[in-house]
Amino acid sequence: MTVPDLSDEDMYRPSARRIERERHKRTRARRATAIATISTVVTAAVLFLVVTGSPGWPATKKAFFSAHYARMALPKVIDGLWLNIRLMVICGAIILVLGMLIAVTRTLRGPVFFPLRALATAYVDFFRGLPLIICLLMVVFGVPALRLQGVTVNPVILGGTALVLTYSAYVAEVFRAGIETVHPSQRAAARSLGLSGPQTMRFVVLPQAVRRVVPPLLNDLVSLQKDTGLVSIGGAVDAVHAADIIVGKYFNYTPYVVAGLVFVALTIPMTRFTDWITARMYRRQSQGGTV
Amino acid sequence: MTADANRPPVLRLESVRKTFGDSVVLRDVDLAVPAHTVTVLIGASGSGKSTLLRCANLLEEIDDGAIFLDGDEITDPRVDPDSVRRRIGVVFQAYNLFPHMTVLDNITLAPRRVHKTARKEAEERARELLARLGLKEKAAEYPDRLSGGQQQRVAIVRALAGQPKLLLLDEITAALDPELVGEVLNVVRDLKEQGMTMVIATHEMGFAREVADQVCFLDGGVVLERGTPKQVFGAPQQERTQQFLRRIVEAGRL
Repeated sequence: MTVPDLSDEDMYRPSARRIERERHKRTRARRATAIATISTVVTAAVLFLVVTGSPGWPATKKAFFSAHYARMALPKVIDGLWLNIRLMVICGAIILVLGMLIAVTRTLRGPVFFPLRALATAYVDFFRGLPLIICLLMVVFGVPALRLQGVTVNPVILGGTALVLTYSAYVAEVFRAGIETVHPSQRAAARSLGLSGPQTMRFVVLPQAVRRVVPPLLNDLVSLQKDTGLVSIGGAVDAVHAADIIVGKYFNYTPYVVAGLVFVALTIPMTRFTDWITARMYRRQSQGGTV
Repeated sequence: MTADANRPPVLRLESVRKTFGDSVVLRDVDLAVPAHTVTVLIGASGSGKSTLLRCANLLEEIDDGAIFLDGDEITDPRVDPDSVRRRIGVVFQAYNLFPHMTVLDNITLAPRRVHKTARKEAEERARELLARLGLKEKAAEYPDRLSGGQQQRVAIVRALAGQPKLLLLDEITAALDPELVGEVLNVVRDLKEQGMTMVIATHEMGFAREVADQVCFLDGGVVLERGTPKQVFGAPQQERTQQFLRRIVEAGRL
């Protein structure tokens, strides 16, 4: 940018036109906010009246929204949730690494890599198609039945293994989709600088690919977080199982609602965090513009 | 030009000011582009040429001043920007073709979806334009399979397909090698012949001199000097203009 000869910056005063324009924009923004607020309030009010006015509401309220049982369930559910969180973090880390490895393997070119490529493809085909619940049952009950020396029978570890098997196949496909959206010209540019194939992948292709697939990856991680509840079929006490125990004891469904809300509360900060990351990335890499 | 003397200019900028954060990119810029004339913007990189074009197409919102298209203010927040853009064609430096569409689909997208032209009619017109620009056989190709010059000509066809009143060309030859530059500039020459109103930002001074009715030298966000090519290139008044042109001559580009 060339530096102007005379600094007329101190002399700039907004014109009447600009002031009028900005006033108009403010009015428009106020009107839009008002419309949004009113429609939200009206919708909420209608929903509230429809639900609380329904004939079965008093009974439903007692069975699903009882403050007494909510208070009783919350500490136990939170205790159980700690298991879900640990499973989510540990499995999530392993899944990301494994998924990335499988994805990269699937994109390797050349006949030398055929066996690896075929193996990776077969893995993805199999575990993506296999219902998670069946995978879990096979691993959690099948592996201990083998009575192998030195192999764990801990339902949490086995359940986590099943989650890793299934989810790494999903995540591998997400990564591969990301890798394939990177334009070939990027690869050409990197190779022309003398970067080797793996270096091109590591420094140029993967960083772009990963950024592009952050939202679908997050989707899979949230899904994983909820599916950690399935390890309870092996007997581990997680948030869902903890709620289950109370429901079974008192025939009141409030603990389920509590467990559900706790899961929702857990995913929201994660979503906001990724939104923030993606927005920051976008701001840094592109110039401004109104469209 | 005399016949159009009473008509408002196709494009007019009045005291336009545009800032990005703290830096003022355009300050108090006035410009009038009469119908069927070509205005060429010259100046160093970062002097505000591209920003001026982007503002004219409402891709950037100006801070102050006003822009008029055919005498109507388009920078008024009450104006629908899409209806303005429908009347203006833009060609970008990096072509910006849609890589997932064939050449024909790139060209007929706006006529079909925006101007609601029937597919058959839109395609006929697209083929006619392609033929005129020597790209008849490329209709079914995908953009990435074409050379840079061909891509840029397709981009010009795409901009023309909406039958714009005004064409904005933003350094459209900057990414091309000299041989391809020729084929693209020939297209622009033909457009001038046909009376298209254009604003062109370019570094091709020889071309600017030949095709321009009006040359504006931008520097630090100000139109420092303007006039016929003869005036600006032949006898520049401002020291900065002289300096800029001297460097261009030294670089062998005039």
